[in-house]
Parts: sequence; C-alpha cells; structure tokens
Amino acid sequence: MNDLRSAAIPPVGPDDHVRGEGEEGVVVYADLGCPRCAAEWQRLREQPGRLVFRHFPVASKHPRSPALHAAAEAAGRQGLFFEMVDSLYADRGRVDDPHLWERVEQWGLDLGRFEADRRSDAVQTRVRGDFQSGIRAGVTSTPGVFSFPPG
Amino acid sequence: MIGVGEEAPDFTLRDQDGEKVSLSDYRGRKVMLVFYPGDFSPVCGDQLSIYQEVKPDIAEKGVELVGISVDSFFAHKAFQEKLGIDTTLLSDFEPKGEVARAYGSYIDAPLGFANRTLVLVDEDGVVAWTYESPNPGEFPGANVIFDALS
Repeated sequence: MNDLRSAAIPPVGPDDHVRGEGEEGVVVYADLGCPRCAAEWQRLREQPGRLVFRHFPVASKHPRSPALHAAAEAAGRQGLFFEMVDSLYADRGRVDDPHLWERVEQWGLDLGRFEADRRSDAVQTRVRGDFQSGIRAGVTSTPGVFSFPPG
Repeated sequence: MIGVGEEAPDFTLRDQDGEKVSLSDYRGRKVMLVFYPGDFSPVCGDQLSIYQEVKPDIAEKGVELVGISVDSFFAHKAFQEKLGIDTTLLSDFEPKGEVARAYGSYIDAPLGFANRTLVLVDEDGVVAWTYESPNPGEFPGANVIFDALS
C-alpha cells in the first residue's frame, strides 16, 4: 500500500534531473502533456540557478503523458533527458511514437535500448516515485513549483 | 460546515447516468463526499483529475469517492468523459444546492454553488472528518485525503 500522506518534497539528490548550478533553484513537478507546463517551461529554463524536473503525469487528463515521461526518462538513461523534455514541450504536436523514434535517431541514441528502457519497470518506478512525492507535497495542478532553499 | 460526529444527512441525487444514488446506499462503507463548485471550471478539472490518479490508493483504504456539484447530470456525464475520470458525480440540481446546504458547503448568491469541501462519512453514516477550503479557488491536494484516512 502506498503512503501518500503529507510530506515535504524530497531534497534534491543525485538521482534528480538537474540543470544549471547554484545554491538556489526550483523543483518543478511537471506534466509533459500539459500546455501550461509547456508555456511555463520556456520561462523556467531562462531563470538563474538550478532547475530540477520531477515527473508528474496526470494521465486521466493527458493520456499521452505517461508515455512521454517514460520516453524522457529513457532518453535520460542515454544522457539526453533535458533534450527530450525541451523537445517535447517545444513541439507538442509531434509526440507520437514515430516522432519519438525520429528524435532518438536524430540524436544518435540507441533506439533498441530506448524502446526497452521506456517500457521497463525501473522507468515506471522512477516516474511513479516522483509523482507520489508530488502528491504527498500537495501538488494540485501542474506545474507545481517549489523554490529551494525554502522561503 | 457540518461537524465531526454528526449524522450525515441522507440524500438522493442523480448520478452522471441519471441513476438515483442515496447516501444510505453506501452504508457499511466509508465514502468521501467531494463538494466542488462546478463542472468545466478550471480548478475543478485539476482537482478531480488529481484524485483520479490516486483513486486506486483511496479504494485500497476502503473509501468510495463521490463528487457533488450543482450541475445537471448531463453536464456530469460530459465532464467525466472530457476528463477521463470514473468518479461518480452526483447532481445537486433541484432544489439547487440543497445537499450542499445540508452539509454547510453552499455559497449563496451571487456565486450559488458549493465551496470546495471534503466530508468523510463512516460506515455507520456518521461524519468522521471534514475539510473546508479557504475559498473556492483552492482545493485540497490528495495528500489531505490520505492524512484523513491514516
């Protein structure tokens, strides 16, 4: 049984997807299928400090989201997590499987590995773990943005 | 807002399929009543979508989730389909907001809809826990529900 009682967001750690540097930054619980997140991402990318992406797919609202989060995580396992996130938000009309494969091939990634990774239990667990931490922290819409250090 | 320990007022409302549903139908099970302002308003969409994602976890704790707003059951059906949710939605349509009033969740004119409130009714039909949003624009995260169920 999952524990989904209230809890602060987990501190930024070595497993997180982090872009940028600095003592300050934001943790973003984002849905790769959400248009608000896509718009907000362009703004967040330009802010100074660290930008931490955590998965928050709201599947009932955006049925394609779980597949996109798995794709981003799989691309990340070959070193291109933020490239995939940037691309999915920038080009929201091209997110079906052939479009994902096109990106993977353009970037020179291993397509077979990408396909296996995005369907793997490890990737599902990772995405679900981020999602549950967002639920526990009270994320009620996307993007859910938390500054650090707090206050 | 209705108080913990009070008997939850029984009601009979139509669900999204036009079928009559009474609170007493749930006797013997816990039910979380989710009062919300209206279908298709921006925040409501996120609230029920978020709860949908953790509905299996709520069900694991033996709790049924039921949404209630003043919308017609036709609107509820369309809203369910649009959001891709399967939470039962009850229509507090006629008399308008009568059930929301009975639970102390109704906001009178000019708004004329329920505030975002949660009411946990236990197996014996008694109010076990309540939550009232400070305003209709804010809704309780799913974590608040799990805190109540722990």
